[in-house]
Amino acid sequence: MGKFFAVILVLITLTSVYPIIAHTWWPPPTISTTGPSVDHQMDETMVGTGVLFVSSQLILAGFVWVFGGRKEKIKGWPGGHRPVVAFAIILVGLEILSLSFVGSKVWAAMYMPSPNAQALHVDVQAEQFAFFFRYAGPDGVFGGIHPEKISDASGNYFGLDPENDVAARDDIVVGSLYVPVNTPILLTLHAKDVIHNFYVPELRLQQDIVPGLDIPLHFTVTKTGHYEIVCTQLCGLGHYSMRGFLEVVSQSEFDTWLKQQSGD
Amino acid sequence: MRMKFFIFLGVFGLASSAMLVTAALPAGGTITGKVTFTGTPPKMRPIDMAKEPYCQKLHNPPIKTQDVESGPGDTLEDVVVYISVGDQASTPASTPVRYDQKGCQYVPHVAVMETNQPLQIYTNDPLAHNIHPLPKQNAEWNKSQPPGAPPIDTKWEKPEFIPVKCNIHPWMHGYFVVLKTSHYGVSGADGTYQIKNVPPGKYTLTAWQEHMGTQTQEVTVSGAETKANFTFKALPY
Repeated sequence: MGKFFAVILVLITLTSVYPIIAHTWWPPPTISTTGPSVDHQMDETMVGTGVLFVSSQLILAGFVWVFGGRKEKIKGWPGGHRPVVAFAIILVGLEILSLSFVGSKVWAAMYMPSPNAQALHVDVQAEQFAFFFRYAGPDGVFGGIHPEKISDASGNYFGLDPENDVAARDDIVVGSLYVPVNTPILLTLHAKDVIHNFYVPELRLQQDIVPGLDIPLHFTVTKTGHYEIVCTQLCGLGHYSMRGFLEVVSQSEFDTWLKQQSGD
Repeated sequence: MRMKFFIFLGVFGLASSAMLVTAALPAGGTITGKVTFTGTPPKMRPIDMAKEPYCQKLHNPPIKTQDVESGPGDTLEDVVVYISVGDQASTPASTPVRYDQKGCQYVPHVAVMETNQPLQIYTNDPLAHNIHPLPKQNAEWNKSQPPGAPPIDTKWEKPEFIPVKCNIHPWMHGYFVVLKTSHYGVSGADGTYQIKNVPPGKYTLTAWQEHMGTQTQEVTVSGAETKANFTFKALPY
């Protein structure tokens, strides 16, 4: 019976490892300059934790195989149990620490550097249950945000005050995030009501959006296409439907699109 | 025989008194007019329904916000003109008012009804809506309608201008205009409105536009048709 359980244990271990190694449920291919480092980190984490997982399961299976059928109790580990426990703690501790150090380097490389001075700046408003995106318009200056002016009824999702604020008059507000490919993008994320999240799996970026905070997020996309932006913070009854689209186009297509928007 | 005579007398009496009452009631007149504006109205923004591809495809080019609907000749649509003072009390209409959620839009944009008149809210979209009227005088509520949900049967007890929004689609916006009177009209695309069956008399007429507010004027209905035009002052912002 002990041998049978040992075989089952080995089978469970190998079956669990297969989809990880084969990347069965891996995120879609990355499209950002920082994405590969995230993937690399993911791989390292999987290898590190995977080696520990597989070895511990195989050792367990070995013990079950050898000692499973015996009636008498195991008296103790040869040489006492302390060195084994200490070794395990040090091994797992080192693993976790090294993952944190290497991982924080990847995270810092994405978040800490200042955004490129030439980055295209897009303002993002998240609200129950949609995303809206604002471009500065021909004058290149964003109008100020006045929360008391926010009105979904008149499409004033950002609370602009065009009556008194000239800069706000040409601001372009749309429901999709259009960006040119290979251009640094700087988003400033705002939430109107509750905590939302900006997540594009292909960008390998996931950022909470907190009411009252202006949260910067910058990235560069390397591949044109149509990608989904989803909210990953449970934000209310329509959370399941809260999404937007990221449209990555060539610079010339982007210029044409932007021109069309301001001509409207 | 005698019995039959009395029945005849009773029926005759009732019929003649009914005729007398009808004759005493004045014949209804019609108030008509046009709602226009002077100045520059705010530019309506195209509604980006990107998050609901189904609705986005239905509206090409995209529909615009509807808080000021101006037409050629500076006319204004969806202005509610009603008798605010001087009208006699009447029993509310029993015909239900229909309000649709269609293509992620409220149709009509402004639905007018009398207090306690039945209101039926339908959904025609293959996606969920959560209609949320925002009254101050009446009780506030919101209700979800998944695709294929039956209509919501409701009514409003107090007169009020109630903004309506959808909790799932922030751009969806409309109004329930609940009135005490049965005499009202809504301006069409050409800015004209009509209020029918108004008994002769002096009245205060109010025109309400959701963005520009209200205007009133005194009217005297005597003949078959009474004219009352309204001109709103529009500001670009």
